Amino acid sequence: MNTVAAIDPRHAAGQRLRERVFRSATFVAALLVLILLGGVALLLLHGAWPAFAQFKLGFLTREVWNPVTEQFGALAAVYGTVVTSFIALLLAIPVGFGIAIFLTELAPQWMKRPVGVAIELLAAVPSIIYGIWGLFVLAPILQRHVQPWMIDHLGPLPAIGRLFQGPPFGIGVLTASLVLAIMVIPFISAVTRDVFETVPDVLKESAYGLGATTWEVIWQVVVPYTRTGMIGGIMLGLGRALGETMAVTFVIGNAHRIGSSLLAPGTTISAAIANEFAEADAGLYTSSLVALGALLFLITFSVIAIARLLLVRLERRAMSSV
Amino acid sequence: MSRRTLRRLLNVLALGLSGVATAIGLFFLAAILWTLVKNGVAGLSPQVFKAMTPPPGSAGGLLNAIYGSIAMTLMGILIGAPIGMLAGTHLAEYGRNSRLSAVIRFVNDVLLSAPSIIVGLFVYELLVVTMGHFSALAGAVALAIIAMPVTVRTTEDMLNLVPQGMKDASTAMGAYPWRTITDIVYPAARSGLVTGLLLAVARISGETAPLLFTALNNQFWSTNLNAPMANLPVVIFQFALSPYPNWQQLAWTGALLITFSILVLSIVARVVVARLNPAGKR
Repeated sequence: MNTVAAIDPRHAAGQRLRERVFRSATFVAALLVLILLGGVALLLLHGAWPAFAQFKLGFLTREVWNPVTEQFGALAAVYGTVVTSFIALLLAIPVGFGIAIFLTELAPQWMKRPVGVAIELLAAVPSIIYGIWGLFVLAPILQRHVQPWMIDHLGPLPAIGRLFQGPPFGIGVLTASLVLAIMVIPFISAVTRDVFETVPDVLKESAYGLGATTWEVIWQVVVPYTRTGMIGGIMLGLGRALGETMAVTFVIGNAHRIGSSLLAPGTTISAAIANEFAEADAGLYTSSLVALGALLFLITFSVIAIARLLLVRLERRAMSSV
Repeated sequence: MSRRTLRRLLNVLALGLSGVATAIGLFFLAAILWTLVKNGVAGLSPQVFKAMTPPPGSAGGLLNAIYGSIAMTLMGILIGAPIGMLAGTHLAEYGRNSRLSAVIRFVNDVLLSAPSIIVGLFVYELLVVTMGHFSALAGAVALAIIAMPVTVRTTEDMLNLVPQGMKDASTAMGAYPWRTITDIVYPAARSGLVTGLLLAVARISGETAPLLFTALNNQFWSTNLNAPMANLPVVIFQFALSPYPNWQQLAWTGALLITFSILVLSIVARVVVARLNPAGKR
């Protein structure tokens, strides 16, 4: 039947038309991805314009955030974002790295899948859940047991002591960093595990053949081979930590100031937006919040872009070495 | 101590620590789930599914929020997934090797990990400002923008798994590419595409930040797409931070509901993948 139909000129024309329609539809949809990114950048810039025009470069360098006198500066929020993400990565990298080693080199076959899925589920838990857990479970524990110890024992130390002084609030920069660390762990371990698996077995086997221990194979063969990919994974985790909103909003305390102590409340870009946007009056206040969003977009975009480029480079090398 | 024992010791220590790291990760998952069960189950009653969100101090449920969440998630998927699948099809088939596709792939990966609050701000500027008020539609569009890159990625990956020989056979029979794609490639990749959809649903159903200033919240029952609509994440956000015990209880119950729905979805999606790809390559 089909052969007869295919000769029918009207049928053939219909087929060609549908081909053109389908093909253009997929193309337009693909272009939409580009348009979306461009649209986000343009609209954020448009919304942020009044604030940028009013405060100029001062928006980036001032700590003040006062809705009453309409004076806004992004420094405290940017500082909070960078510091919480940095501490979160400091805590999450060793743990994520360890999990990847455990899953690729150590775990018996029957254990790999369930444990791997469980760690991945850590990434599926919505961020608001981390928020309420952090506020109602983690913060009280830190306030009662961990922070008093830190203030007594780390506070008097020279240099780093300043980071651990002041009253134990429970919520604050340190708590936010801890929650972020837990959220970032699955990202780092997933990417690290994936890049570990790109190492050719021959490389590992030759190291084992020379008498290397498992740890030596990992540290001296697997890690150097996958360095770019691991950095890519860490940057992806960083991208997530920088933009994370709800979890941080619950536990950071939302104070627009730069405190020397990690135990004090602070704020991040995303937490400030989530907290204040709904109640901000239109005009300079709203515009300043959008400007914060534009800054966050710029920061995360660069971080994610670098991460993806590193991962792509590793992928290419893995392809060419097969 | 000989160098040999030192090396062995270091090995045992390092591998032991990697086991500890895994235990830490699993501990936090267990701790979070345990907290949700402990605090959430107490408030779990038929009332939750029958009554609306209450004013402080009186009894109530989460019906309007559950409805709003499901409605907006479905709409988000209905808008975002078809576009994402078409774009993924372009990347995997028509534009597989073009330079433009490489750029689109890269931009899509960036969107995939972009902070969701940025999407919220974008839709606020795009729809809420121009329409003059918060609406369920704006919420759905925000969720669609988050779902789209996920489906683009999974669609492309899944279509790439379809053997080239099958496509060639179809082409040799005289089929146009669209026919090959819709009649041969899509059915062959069906379970993978379903997985992508499930993952996209799981991803957007817990999103809070993009709904905060698009759909906002609504204390009452509303099916009006042009008005603010209640939804579980924002209700959890408001109720958990409130000083009222009955609101906090509802927040925990909502948190329990939403987390377990998402975990079930994620596990089902993985089972589908495992069946699609029994060789065990995730």
